[in-house]
Order: sequence, then structure tokens, then C-alpha cells
Amino acid sequence: MNLFDQGLLDTPFGWSMSLLVGLAFGFWLERAGFGSSRKLASIFYLRDFAVVQVMFTAVATAALGLAALDVTGLFEVERVYRMETLLGPQIVGGLIFGAGFVAGGWCPGTALVGAASGKLDALAFLAASMLGSLVYAAFWPQLEPLQRVGDCGLVTLPGLFHVSAGVVAAVIVAVALVMFALIHRLELRTQRTATS
Amino acid sequence: MNAIGKQVLVRAEQPYWNPYVAGIGLGLTLLVSFVALGVGLGASGSTARLAASAAHALAPEAVESNGYLGSWFASGSPLASYLVFLSLGTLLGGLLSALFARRIHATVERGRGVTPRTRLLLALGGGLLVGFASRMAAGCTSGQALTGSALLLGGSWAFLVAMFAGGFLVAPLVRKEWLP
Repeated sequence: MNLFDQGLLDTPFGWSMSLLVGLAFGFWLERAGFGSSRKLASIFYLRDFAVVQVMFTAVATAALGLAALDVTGLFEVERVYRMETLLGPQIVGGLIFGAGFVAGGWCPGTALVGAASGKLDALAFLAASMLGSLVYAAFWPQLEPLQRVGDCGLVTLPGLFHVSAGVVAAVIVAVALVMFALIHRLELRTQRTATS
Repeated sequence: MNAIGKQVLVRAEQPYWNPYVAGIGLGLTLLVSFVALGVGLGASGSTARLAASAAHALAPEAVESNGYLGSWFASGSPLASYLVFLSLGTLLGGLLSALFARRIHATVERGRGVTPRTRLLLALGGGLLVGFASRMAAGCTSGQALTGSALLLGGSWAFLVAMFAGGFLVAPLVRKEWLP
């Protein structure tokens, strides 16, 4: 049982639990250095790889954890709220999001941490992102038909490739490790050219 | 002021933690969120809800009759949502961590190729795009890229790839903003 499937997420108890989870989320983002827009933007110039390292380690850890809980029968992933795939809006939204990420230097979660660290550019970013969501709502009559482009229902990678969640999690771990090895080779080379 | 007092005041900020350690911490936080809350992490939903309630104070009828925002007001305030408390926690957790690491400074962070004014204008422009795109994709780096990818959702992986593609495509245009 969890708060979502019991319908208790939007109760004072659910809110306190969410606050605690958020506390840990903000802590780890800040520890990773994501309260800095320069560090975040550096990934797009291949100068600092923390964004990719942290993100893929987190995804691999959570995916492996879920697969392990599922195999042991302790918790089924079906009990978690899972968003349906809307390929059109997710791809177009992702492209616009990435453009805004590198120009603005933040994404919504890291901007909260940046604002808490005193970054005025994070405050500007947050204010404008609020306006951006209202712009979206204002154009809802025009945008609504586009929202259904590529509606595929619930699509999971295990379902798509007819393998278990454990296999997909293992592939994610393997891909992440190869990526991390490449990052370290690249970092070593940059260090060598910087010192020679 | 004595020398020791001065030293405490100017003590440098702590280095960031190892990215793999932070990644495992973040991943375990996400796992706890799945198991205890039954939902993953999120951030853009709460700022959109805050925007909606601010707009509602100015033009209640227009907001309530809006096809996208209207439903948020059906059961009272859009702020009465776990998403808002999740973000309050994120803000507080970031604040505590930055405080312990002595990393709180009022600054406009930028590369050396731009003035603070230009940087703030670009932060506004980027924020506008991100706020719009987060509603279109129904999530951001937290709700789609992190949560959805860990749940092995096809659409979230598509978002993740598109997000990096958009970022790398636009990066050359704002290179000066981030010159080291």
C-alpha cells in the first residue's frame, strides 16, 4: 500500500510525507552542485559531466531497486502512478525544454535549489517559468488537439521489448557504466592538455 | 575581531559531493518516493499551480473557465496538492544543504561573456520556454526525465533524448553566456 493507491496523497499526512521526500530531493540536488547554473549548463559544452553522471546513476539506482522489489514480491511497480506516452507533446516539449534549459541555466527543480542558494538568475527563471505555464494555458484551445498527437497509452520499455524489468534495468546500468568510462577518458585527456 | 573569528567568517565553501554518491542518494530518494508516496518526484507542477493561483487572484473567472487550469480549482485551491509540499521540501532541503556547505551568496551566476543584465534576460527567456514546455510534456527534468525514466516509461525516455537534443542544438547560440 502507498499513499497514492489509498487516495491519501492529498491529505495533511500525505503532504507531510511529500515535504520529507522533497527535503531529501533538494538536499541531494544541492550536494551534487545543482544549485549552480554554470555547473548545470556546462554539460551542454562537455566541460562538466555531473548532470549526466548524477542523473543516470539516480535512474539506474531507482530502476534496479524497483526491479529487485518486484522480483522479491515486496512491491509491484503497477502501484506507482505511471504517465501514459504522448509522443508528440513529449518530443516537442522536450526539445523546447532543452532549449530553455541551456538558455536559462536551470530546470524547475534545480531553480528552487538555486533560489535557496541566493542565485538571482534562479528567481528570474522561476518567475518566467510561471508565466510560461500561463501562456500555455492561454493557448489551450489551440494546443489541445496537438496534445493527443502520438497517443500510445501506457508504454513501458519491458513491454515494448518483451523482456523483464530486471533486464531493462541491467541494460541501463551497463549503458551508464560505458558512458561513465567514456567521460573519465575524456576528462583525463582534457586534464593532460591543460597541464602540457 | 580576532584572527580565529575572521577565519570562521571567510572559511571557504565545501566542495560538491562525488556525482555518483549524489546520484545514488537521489536514486534512493526516488525509490522511497515510489514506495511510500506511490508517485515519483516533480517540480514544474507546483510552480504552474502557484502561477494559476496568482492569476486567479487577478482574474478569477477567466482562470476558472480556462480549459487547462479550470479543473485545478474544482476542489478548492490548486495549492492544496502534494506537488506544492514536495517543492516546499525541495526548497528547504536545498537551503539546509547550501547553509551547511556555506554556499549561500546573493549573485547573478553567469559566464564571463555576458553582463548580469543579459544573463537575467536569458534566464527570463529560458524560464518562459521551460514553463511552457513543462506543461506541454506534463513534466520536467524531475517528473519526466528522472521519474519516468526510472519507471521505464517509453514517453519519458523520448522526452529525455529530446531534452538533451534541444539543449545541445541551442548551446552554440548562447555560448558566450557560459564562457568559463
